[in-house]
Amino acid sequence: MSLDTISLSGRKKEVSNKKMSFLESLYIVAIAKGLVITIKHLFRRKVTIKYPEQKREFSPVYRGQHMLKRDELGRENCTACGMCAVACPAEAITMTAAERKKGEENLYREEKYASVYEINMLRCIFCGLCEEACPKDAIYLTESKVIVKSASNREDFIYGKDKLVMPLEMAIKNSKSIN
Amino acid sequence: MKVTIDGQSIEVEPGTTILQAARMIGGEVVPPAMCYYSKLEGSGGKCRCCLVDVTKGSEADPRPMPKLVASCVTGCQDGMEIASKASPRVQEARKSVTEFLLINHPLDCPVCDQAGECDLQNLSFEHGKSETRFIETKRTFEPEDIGPNIQLHMNRCILCQRCVQVADQLTDKRVHGVMDRGDHANISTCISKAIDNEMSGNMIDVCPVGALTDKTFRFKSRVWFSKPYNAHRDCDKCCGKTTVWMFGNEIQRVTGRKDEYHEVDEFICNTCRFDKKEVNDWTIEGPRTFEKTSVINRNKYALHVPKVEIKTEDHILIGREEDRKKISMIDVPLENAENSKQ
Repeated sequence: MSLDTISLSGRKKEVSNKKMSFLESLYIVAIAKGLVITIKHLFRRKVTIKYPEQKREFSPVYRGQHMLKRDELGRENCTACGMCAVACPAEAITMTAAERKKGEENLYREEKYASVYEINMLRCIFCGLCEEACPKDAIYLTESKVIVKSASNREDFIYGKDKLVMPLEMAIKNSKSIN
Repeated sequence: MKVTIDGQSIEVEPGTTILQAARMIGGEVVPPAMCYYSKLEGSGGKCRCCLVDVTKGSEADPRPMPKLVASCVTGCQDGMEIASKASPRVQEARKSVTEFLLINHPLDCPVCDQAGECDLQNLSFEHGKSETRFIETKRTFEPEDIGPNIQLHMNRCILCQRCVQVADQLTDKRVHGVMDRGDHANISTCISKAIDNEMSGNMIDVCPVGALTDKTFRFKSRVWFSKPYNAHRDCDKCCGKTTVWMFGNEIQRVTGRKDEYHEVDEFICNTCRFDKKEVNDWTIEGPRTFEKTSVINRNKYALHVPKVEIKTEDHILIGREEDRKKISMIDVPLENAENSKQ
């Protein structure tokens, strides 16, 4: 068998320049065939969803917006050690540390905490290396189940602690489920 | 005198210790040292990190030494042969010593300001185990305030006594030392007196762990975020040669210049260290480099960017000139020959 005639994919079609017959040159049959394919798609399952109303379910390992976790007593885990910032390949994370004062023991777990913690979401590539570097189990990308929202202003993409820290209601719910 | 360490020979003066000989060779044979400090007299012999195996005592007495010896206080002898990193016995001993040092050392590196330039961190990275066998509670002390400039974290102390030697040798009146005995031993100023000597800040530089840290730098930044520069100023009390750690235009802290064994080249005074935090006080010489494995190098782009020059242009011009001569058109001058030569 010569190489011209074998078809490795099984879809090889001979193309010829033979003249069309009268019936073929009317294209009626071809148009009807095409319409059948179009109508068939109308009854198939849709591949798109109506996004803001409907939402797709996240995979358990989906990496979305970061969350700075609180422990079971509601204290912030983050101690501003800077490991996430040094691990970040996109250099998206900055932080300022502060010393915990007397009376703040129920807010922060360690004697040092992050007074400012900012992630530039335009820089972030959601690789999850900050999560791996964190020695205190403080930062997670899989917990929030939120995608970073679009915005029209560059400044709006710099997320501070107000958006990143786990909401207190969630911490309360977590502590109840443990007890 | 000729000594051989891990198969590498070197000629040394009589009176050299094994550790000094190993540092002359450099590289992997250098034993780690937590308490030995070449600039301080009488340091060494306490931490047992630098244990080595003497496989041949000397040319006169070739018997091996039965026990591992501390290399920082053992003198070299002629024809001595020493196994440092090559010996599995030494490796095992260093592993055990690291485990002992970490028994009472809190694992609070994320909070500690020394993290990134800590000798104990480096030691346990190289020789430590990843898990602990210690289940008892660690030794803790009441926090003690020893003045406005120096922060003492007694829990982190490994009792190397380097700071006591600094106080002994650099300052005229020693006001701190080791109190109590055994498990209760701790570094303290007698009757909590503030250390106000002008050279007392050097205790921060000599401390191998985060027990003595700079209070003016406390929690300000991590060492790998600030950019270190060599700087100097005219100082009547010390040499004035320091490393300044900058973040933007702010000097976050000032330290002595540490070499590859984390020992300062020259001690600096407290005025330079704590009071001169303005950029105008210093003449900046240039960025300071660290060993390749140091975390301080992270996120710093100090690499020299070579200037791009297109050299082909010249060659093309020479070629053109040669061609012109070959095809004997010397009579006809090249069009704007002056411009194209540039």
